[in-house]
Amino acid sequence: MTARPAAAGRAVGSDGWPVPRVGILALQGDVREHDRALRDAGAEPLAVRRVEDLHGLDGLVLPGGESTTMGRLLGVFDLLDPLRRLVQEGLPVYGSCAGMILLADEVRGGPSDQPRLGGLDITVRRNAFGRQVDSFETDLAFAGVGDVHAVFIRAPWVEAAGSDVRVLARVPDSARQAAGRVVAVRQGAVLATSFHPELTGDSRIHALFVDMIKEGAG
Amino acid sequence: MSADAPAPTSAAVSQVGTATVKRGMAEMLKGGVIMDVVDADQARIAEDAGAVAVMALERVPADIRRDGGVARMSDPDMIDRIQAAVSIPVMAKARIGHFVEAQVLQASGVDFVDESEVLTPADYTHHIDKRSFTVPFVCGATNLGEALRRISEGAAMIRSKGEAGTGDVSQATTHIRTILGEIRRLTVMDEPELFAAAKVMAAPIDLVRETAGLGRLPVVLFTAGGVATPADAAMMMQLGADGVFIGSGIFKSGDPASRARACVEATAYFTDAERIAKVSRGLGEAMVGIAADSLGAAELLAQRGW
Repeated sequence: MTARPAAAGRAVGSDGWPVPRVGILALQGDVREHDRALRDAGAEPLAVRRVEDLHGLDGLVLPGGESTTMGRLLGVFDLLDPLRRLVQEGLPVYGSCAGMILLADEVRGGPSDQPRLGGLDITVRRNAFGRQVDSFETDLAFAGVGDVHAVFIRAPWVEAAGSDVRVLARVPDSARQAAGRVVAVRQGAVLATSFHPELTGDSRIHALFVDMIKEGAG
Repeated sequence: MSADAPAPTSAAVSQVGTATVKRGMAEMLKGGVIMDVVDADQARIAEDAGAVAVMALERVPADIRRDGGVARMSDPDMIDRIQAAVSIPVMAKARIGHFVEAQVLQASGVDFVDESEVLTPADYTHHIDKRSFTVPFVCGATNLGEALRRISEGAAMIRSKGEAGTGDVSQATTHIRTILGEIRRLTVMDEPELFAAAKVMAAPIDLVRETAGLGRLPVVLFTAGGVATPADAAMMMQLGADGVFIGSGIFKSGDPASRARACVEATAYFTDAERIAKVSRGLGEAMVGIAADSLGAAELLAQRGW
């Protein structure tokens, strides 16, 4: 990656690039864990609660949490349309678990009128692996990153995806009936995982997202 | 979809019920409101309002307090009906020390067990050994030592107890301030002081040291017991809680759906007084309530737990 001159007033990272400003949707969920992972990956995290907070972002993270709660609060606080517009305009976005559900064009296994952003051409099934007693952690192979430790909590999986969607990871064979299920995808500037890399202290998937931001900017 | 994902590593081992998976579940609830519900209709109202989870129980604490008698785990049929009605997590209460009620709740597929002082205790000496369960547990605490003892037994989440079923927020305030104040004091202690603090609090030194280093509990800390209004919920968040349990406060009020929505919004935007003012309008009557200091010592639920 080639270095480029820093924009005025922006901090510069060790690679010579301006430090990307990445918003984290902070209505509910594991915002603190994404904040730490983004810092470790060389980005500047900023909490997003209001429309004004969306100004000047280089990327956006939709955290883990309850997708029905986040969807409702997006509507109440008038964030739904501005966020949809940003995703359509190509702002790099990463969603983990509930974030994946918010980005999916189709959702099964929940209230059908659940407000969402959409923009990712996938069908996800909510709570696909079962209840909390079925939540699990495992190692899996992630395209372009290597073996990662993945924590699944009442997680969704991807049941179908459009031709522009790249599959980045599947559940390993050891995970019983769920073996082979798609749990990480990328379509253009949109990245989504069923699991929570932010809970493991390993920031490589957040670093991949930061690289996506820099690719788009370069 | 293009199938260029690497081949799954078949040597990988999948594990359920680990501390990471249990504590991680609690992390996903942060910034949210968990509501007591007694039937499927109430559960749907709670989900529509934006609750992050519901607590399924047969009587809300205000009714347990009024009716007296022995309060026990809910009927599994009733839990099934609530699970069928909503997609958000469903929690249920077991009596303190009643490990078989907890086993039954785990077998029923609840997402979280609350080992709760609101029910009549089953053991006046021991709490449940929560480490041996796949399902995560939340436990109440009135101070840091109690919180750390519950975590050492395997609790994946702590809630400050307050005084359930009163609608009086004063005890919730006391308990969350006590826990967070004790944590703040730990953060400036040297090692000999941490050993002494562990002894005084009757808590394991490794958890005391970890808490001092983090400046917070190693698990999520919600607050509970007397929260009845959007302003109560926002106050708990401003004091430093990660989220709020609302028991009797919603479905013992005049307009539960509006009050539930208002409490969710006030919890999410807890520093925005204008929004809290806006959502506090037109909610009808709050639950009547009982001043906690009018209760006799035998009526204080927060004293249950050891």
